[in-house]
Amino acid sequence: MGKTIAQKIFSAHLRDTPSPSNVVLDIDVVMCHEITTPIAILDLMEKGMDRVFDPSKIKAVIDHVTPAKDSKTAMQGKILRDWAKRHQIVDFFDIGKNGVCHALFPEKGFIRPGYTVIMGDSHTCTHGAFGAFAAGVGTTDLEVGILKGVCCFRSPETLKIILTGSLSTGVTAKDAILSIIKRITVNGATDKVIEFAGPVVHSMSMAARMTLCNMAVEAGATSGICAPDRVTAEYLWPFIKEDYQQIERAVEEFEKWQSDPDAEYAQILEIDMSELTPQVTFNFKPDQVKDIADMEGTQVDQVYIGSCTNGRIEDLRDAASILKGRKLAENVRGIVTPATPLIYNTALSEGIIKIFMDAGFCVLNPTCGACLGMSSGVLAEGEVCASTTNRNFNGRMGKGGMVHLMSPYSAAATAVTGVITDPRKFL
Amino acid sequence: MKTFGGPAILLDRDDINTDEIIPAKYLTEISKMALKTHLLEDLLLDGKPFDNQSNTMQKTQVVITRANFGCGSSREHAVWAFEVNDINLILAESFARIFRQNMFNCGILAIELKKEELSSLFSMTGNITVSVDLNNAEVTAASDNVAESAKTFSFTLNSFDRDLVSAGGWLPYADQRY
Repeated sequence: MGKTIAQKIFSAHLRDTPSPSNVVLDIDVVMCHEITTPIAILDLMEKGMDRVFDPSKIKAVIDHVTPAKDSKTAMQGKILRDWAKRHQIVDFFDIGKNGVCHALFPEKGFIRPGYTVIMGDSHTCTHGAFGAFAAGVGTTDLEVGILKGVCCFRSPETLKIILTGSLSTGVTAKDAILSIIKRITVNGATDKVIEFAGPVVHSMSMAARMTLCNMAVEAGATSGICAPDRVTAEYLWPFIKEDYQQIERAVEEFEKWQSDPDAEYAQILEIDMSELTPQVTFNFKPDQVKDIADMEGTQVDQVYIGSCTNGRIEDLRDAASILKGRKLAENVRGIVTPATPLIYNTALSEGIIKIFMDAGFCVLNPTCGACLGMSSGVLAEGEVCASTTNRNFNGRMGKGGMVHLMSPYSAAATAVTGVITDPRKFL
Repeated sequence: MKTFGGPAILLDRDDINTDEIIPAKYLTEISKMALKTHLLEDLLLDGKPFDNQSNTMQKTQVVITRANFGCGSSREHAVWAFEVNDINLILAESFARIFRQNMFNCGILAIELKKEELSSLFSMTGNITVSVDLNNAEVTAASDNVAESAKTFSFTLNSFDRDLVSAGGWLPYADQRY
């Protein structure tokens, strides 16, 4: 019997089998941010266990609330900063160099095919886009990861989702994943890995694959995963060229992290993407999704473009293609937050920041901020936000607020009209 | 070993998420006790705000709920918010993976019951008290309404989860073993 990508990664990292259904894995990358890590650090200190298993395998960033908004968030940053310094964690990203973790760490080349990755953040599943097993964990798992370099999981079952056909103009990876979550529900992949496959995924950029894998957790999945290929190798090339000399060799090497043809899956779903139209959420669950045509005309107060889901340069380009030469509708606030300094800089040199500013957007520094209602764009009670983020939970972007999740194209079209709008009329 | 159980509250909804259990604005706290009064602050039941300061809530040690409990964020603050309110047990049809793992990692119990078993608990009258027999893997719900007979269900607890509970969580377990 063949193996899935996830099973191959598990076999290669197996440390212990504490029960027939649990495995303890060696972890290649432990990622940390200032919201869930400081409590782990303080607890380790209190227990006299303030150690790290390998500083080169720990990556840390201040990203959720940055610059600090108050004394409490300043202290969270300080605890992480002091800890990184104390343990010689070289890959620590502070103000000026920091960005949204799931955009920043891939950009630095930290994630490679076949890796195991954990972080105290549920959207860690994003990194599965590189053919890695990447799982969000709680603070205790993070603590043990920091201390011992291991993490425990149940043996993974894989749900394979084959995306066939092709995405039409104005329809993106965000629309694809929203439609998938609608179909399989918020509980549809609990305790499973979702392997995204098929021609649509194969032709996607790494940015699009990250968007796809990012929201796997909204269906309950432990990790999203895409088989690594030439696109993966090209993205990683600046970091791996010394190792491989020729890109073909990297592509060949990556093939060992593909599922075998006779691999066993919990379920296989084949979905034709050709007829898919832009999607948008309604109400408070990410599986409550409609065609945008059915939501057109819904008034919004704020448009937010950013986050680990859709704050990459490709996303800003999509939005700018609609915003160019246009203005925000009256009474609509526009906020854009490029997810990393590199994305911000690229957007500056491509003239994209100017397009946003000319349209009337507020351009923020890279941060998670408003996506989870912590800072920089929190909604007032009764307000509505068209957002390129990942969760529309009750109160997510501010108590009493309503969030409609959508693609950067759709958010830009909505910004221009002031009501939820199908972006294809602008493309 | 720690014992589990006590007066229960019924939260009759699927997919109760971490942001409802503890909103992100409280994630700036570095003391677990600071979460105490904010537990379930943003919960909506039947579309209406849940009263998280009610007398029943003050006494509650057990939560009985439906499917996919704790979905969303990885924040262990959601588990700690229960912990600092002396809630030591959650009975549900299913849990989101990270939340469930966080429960056991903290050495507290998340028990999965069948849908129909939970429905029978939801239909009980009076105030419910839950007790757990870990050795026999049985959970019993009794009502203070004498007309209502107690219900006992068996559950599965795999050996690793049991080890975590007896070790007092994943950190002491892992520290000893790896």
